[in-house]
Amino acid sequence: MSSVQTQSVQTGRITRKFIYLFLLLMALFYLLPFFIMVVNSVKPLSEITGGNMMALPEVFTIEPWLAAWSTAQVGVEPTGLRPYFWNSIKMVVPAVAISTVLGAINGYILTKWRFKYDTILFGLMLFSCFIPFQIVLIPMARILGILGLSGSTYGLILVHVVYGIGFSTLYFRNYYAAFPTELVRAAQIDGAGFFQIFYRILMPSSGPITVVCVIWQFTNIWNDFLFGASFASGSGAPMTVALNNLVQSSTGVKEYNVHFAGAILAALPTLLVYIVAGRYFVRGLMAGSVKG
Amino acid sequence: MGFLDIKNATKSYGNVEVLHNVDIAVEEGEFLVLVGPSGCGKSTLLNMIAGLEDITSGEIAINDRVMNGVHPSNRNIAMVFQSYALYPNMTVAKNITFGLEMHKVPKPERDEALQSVSKLLQIEQLLDRKPGQLSGGQRQRVAMGRALVRNPDVFLFDEPLSNLDAKLRVDMRTEIKKLHEKLKTTIVYVTHDQIEAMTLSTRIAVMYNGYVQQLGTPKEIYDTPENLFVATFMGSPAMNILPASVVVKDGLPHAEITTSEGQSALLPFNQENMSDWAGKDILLGIRPEAITDPDGVDRKSKTVVPISNRVGVTEPAGADTFATMELAGKDCISRMRADADITTGEIFDFVINMDKAVAFDPQSEMRIK
Ligand SMILES: Nc1ncnc2c1ncn2[C@@H]1O[C@H](COP(=O)(O)OP(=O)(O)OP(=O)(O)O)[C@@H](O)[C@H]1O
Ligand SMILES: [Mg+2]
Repeated sequence: MSSVQTQSVQTGRITRKFIYLFLLLMALFYLLPFFIMVVNSVKPLSEITGGNMMALPEVFTIEPWLAAWSTAQVGVEPTGLRPYFWNSIKMVVPAVAISTVLGAINGYILTKWRFKYDTILFGLMLFSCFIPFQIVLIPMARILGILGLSGSTYGLILVHVVYGIGFSTLYFRNYYAAFPTELVRAAQIDGAGFFQIFYRILMPSSGPITVVCVIWQFTNIWNDFLFGASFASGSGAPMTVALNNLVQSSTGVKEYNVHFAGAILAALPTLLVYIVAGRYFVRGLMAGSVKG
Repeated sequence: MGFLDIKNATKSYGNVEVLHNVDIAVEEGEFLVLVGPSGCGKSTLLNMIAGLEDITSGEIAINDRVMNGVHPSNRNIAMVFQSYALYPNMTVAKNITFGLEMHKVPKPERDEALQSVSKLLQIEQLLDRKPGQLSGGQRQRVAMGRALVRNPDVFLFDEPLSNLDAKLRVDMRTEIKKLHEKLKTTIVYVTHDQIEAMTLSTRIAVMYNGYVQQLGTPKEIYDTPENLFVATFMGSPAMNILPASVVVKDGLPHAEITTSEGQSALLPFNQENMSDWAGKDILLGIRPEAITDPDGVDRKSKTVVPISNRVGVTEPAGADTFATMELAGKDCISRMRADADITTGEIFDFVINMDKAVAFDPQSEMRIK
């Protein structure tokens, strides 16, 4: 710590205070939308329609949260977001796991078991990262139809795995490219096979990149709306689609407080992943750099 | 037919041939050093013996078993890498026994092997540490332990000491030599350090540009280098190579060279057949230690020629003093006793010991035999 202090540029007290003030304002500015969402999700509806969105609640209530979770009208059914939340979980967990594992194996093969034209293959896989979602919608729908997976969570898992492999391969390939090939050779001489080398030698050192990959895949897949709306409408829809249905439900008055609560519920898992895994991510990076 | 037999082995990457028809037969218990400048193909050849690179053409056999196409783990070899390649997530003990575990050796036997190897290398107190918690020298030992525990037919070393500091390198060198004398296992050892090559080996293969330039004992390589490359590569400071012409005087062949003062000097050859080259130009190779001050000359040498020359730079190096001078238009290094009375810029009476001088054909760059 002390070395950091001695190395940092000597700034005057006033300047430093000014910098802190500026940073604080920026932080507040970024937090403002979240503040509005939280504040309005715990107010009765009358307070929102009748008054100031920025004001703190006069009457505190968790009714909107309960409604959003289990009783609100989503489309035509008064189920709340709960079933769709589980849909999303059932989709995101296998999709993240499968695409991460496949990406890791791809990265391992592309760096440590080089073959002819492997860079071309990798280039093609990278290409998949840049194909806009819209382009694959119709072919994908066709394929899901042929496989009999249309409208199901399994179909969505497949779509997200296929789409995610490009990125996860990119992450792991670049990470493993810096992994010493001599270690793999030593393990070969020691008699370890293809998968033994992978999970005894490479995997234990892959913590940081796995966390990066999981965060990336999780947020992308959880937040995806287009694939969810296209391939899994109705009772199989994921959280994002259900949230939209909740907000769009035309019967009765617009319950803004329930909508706010629903939106926070939909964002909560990604937030959680950042808070929990983000710390490991930073820790992983630090450990790597110190080891050097 | 050797214990490790490399027959006509060639390696190509695409259209580029990086190793050309290598023929080396290593006897059991030999310590063969592959030495040569960077990029000459030493590691490639070693990796071919290990099975980490396949053989484009030719054959490699160990203990009468042809190894082409055999998986590295089934060749009964062990390798120590330049970076040590210790598994970072495993303890020292695990690192050493990983190979045995992969070969399905039962746990009690593994423990026994670990005990004896760690005792031999004196790393018993390190067994529970991770490689990241070891010093360079300790890592080196662990890497050797991992090789030793396999009890292989052949040890392969790829520049194992090049990551250590100078002092430790000398210590480990001695240790490797002791280990070899104790275990008597066949070793193939890659280095680009010619002192390591000279001190460790029973035989040296000097490589350059994918060719084995010369294969021989350290003494053969040092005293009778096959060609100009071997002559200048082995030895430090390098052998002086002086353009000279051959003249016959009193029926004996001499090399005629010019001193820094423009006078010509005649240096008698130690081989009669140099008379065949009378009137022709050659390259004369003289090692620095063969040019000394008169008191430093080897009493046993037969042909010692005095020569007066102007001293260039002097470099005291503790045990000896190196002095440069101009001879035959080239900078030439001589090796004096530390307390030789020599001054920069003055004329000094050097003596040249011609016993071990060698001559090269300037066209083919081969030694004239
Ligand atoms: N995968 C490869 N593809 C193409 N050429 C290669 C490959 N690996 C090595 N080479 C070439 O083969 C030659 C020999 O390489 P090698 O690694 O055996 O050299 P070396 O003698 O071990 O050198 P150093 O002392 O630097 O380790 C070099 O010219 C190198 O460029
Ligand atoms: Mg090398």
